[in-house]
Amino acid sequence: MLMRKSSLFFLCLFILTLVLGGLFTHAAHRQKTDEAPLQEKVNLVHRLGLTDLCLFTEASYTRHLSLADFHTAFQNSPMALEHFPSGSLVTHPQAAKKIYEKVD
Amino acid sequence: MRKWIERHRNILDFTLSSLLRRKRKNAALVSVYTLIVFLLASVLFFASALREEASILLKEAPEMIVQKLVAGRQEPIPVAYMERIRAIRGVSSIKARLWGYYYDPVVGANYTLMVADDLDVAPGSISVGEGVSRVRLASPGETLEFRTYQGATIELEIKKTFSSESGLVSSDLVLISEDDFRKIFGTSEQYATDLAVRVRNPKELPTIALKVAEILPDTRQILREEILRTYDAIFNWRGGILLAILFGAVLAFIIFAWDKASGLSVEEKREIGILKAIGWETSDIIRMKFWEGLVVSLSSLLMGLVLAYVHVFFTSFMLFEPVLKGWAVLYPAFKITPFIDGAQVASLFFLTVVPYTVATIIPCWRAAIVDPDSVMR
Repeated sequence: MLMRKSSLFFLCLFILTLVLGGLFTHAAHRQKTDEAPLQEKVNLVHRLGLTDLCLFTEASYTRHLSLADFHTAFQNSPMALEHFPSGSLVTHPQAAKKIYEKVD
Repeated sequence: MRKWIERHRNILDFTLSSLLRRKRKNAALVSVYTLIVFLLASVLFFASALREEASILLKEAPEMIVQKLVAGRQEPIPVAYMERIRAIRGVSSIKARLWGYYYDPVVGANYTLMVADDLDVAPGSISVGEGVSRVRLASPGETLEFRTYQGATIELEIKKTFSSESGLVSSDLVLISEDDFRKIFGTSEQYATDLAVRVRNPKELPTIALKVAEILPDTRQILREEILRTYDAIFNWRGGILLAILFGAVLAFIIFAWDKASGLSVEEKREIGILKAIGWETSDIIRMKFWEGLVVSLSSLLMGLVLAYVHVFFTSFMLFEPVLKGWAVLYPAFKITPFIDGAQVASLFFLTVVPYTVATIIPCWRAAIVDPDSVMR
């Protein structure tokens, strides 16, 4: 007997939902198995006093985002607004925006 | 209830047959829709996983970094400043950090050289990150050449390479002894790159930072909270990466939904006219269009989500890799831990399925309330 089209659709939907559910389970499993490597990274950050993630290695201000200084935005020449592709993907470091209140 | 379900199933059967009659058009529609969801979900999954990982890792960063600024640029900081900071009540420890960038002309990559008090980095030896080992094809036991500030060449033996799992923090790192670091860069022993300060009570950190700023006005203090906020801002939906890609995808989706909402094709209008002429009610036609919107959007959403997950967590964001690599020679090859939750799926559902389904119903209602005779003509 031929399956009704609606039954076929619900079956496909069910399979897709099942796959998605499986991926959620995979995510939970990976979070558990990645605990040891994550701890290794946490230890490395603590031991070396690291301040940044190694995401973009092409420019100093994108390699160490949080330590970038106030004047690197325009780099070295007047027309070079942004040399590096990653520079346009990241925002200004938060530390460069703050103004300390005066102490009494 | 049974009757109600059967009625909807009959309408769904008819809707699916109607969709299959325009196979090519609808296949193209589902493909484009899936692609948009795939793009949105890929960026969302990638950014939130990285944001989560950054927040876990950088919680261990020093509570405060003190840099010396001269004419707006960072300069080496006198080690003598350490005593003045240590004297501030609440400071538990202070450490001089020696680090810098080294351009390797052999491969054209920049390394981060950092001094570490480590047994593996005695004078003459180094520990390198996975990225350095990969670009230089060097493994433990082999040597790497470094050019000193005087032009001489020194060879340092690799004692250890960091695992690729730690690439997110160590890919371009070269851990080196203090002697070798000073030999390469020529920095005086009275200076360090910056100072890492740890405090007893984190609540006192802003006050301590103010005191440092007061006693050492030529310094800049970077708090751990600001480091965390910097990374949170990058991977936030308003941040650069997300905004750049989301903007394109959302715009494509708006055009797509607008096209749907702005009207029906002549063929679709004729179909509605015929259905009304043979006795379908306006509410049945709206139900049919509701199911049509749901079939297209729900299947596209689920397929897009599955594909995005595979793309981000199985192929390591392969399609967007060139964007992330930029012009860098040395880039981290890391596998990110999938930190996903129901809220991300729900937000994608409300961003895509709901507006699309609504957009398909409105023009259909407009066509359904017109006289069938005038629609068919």
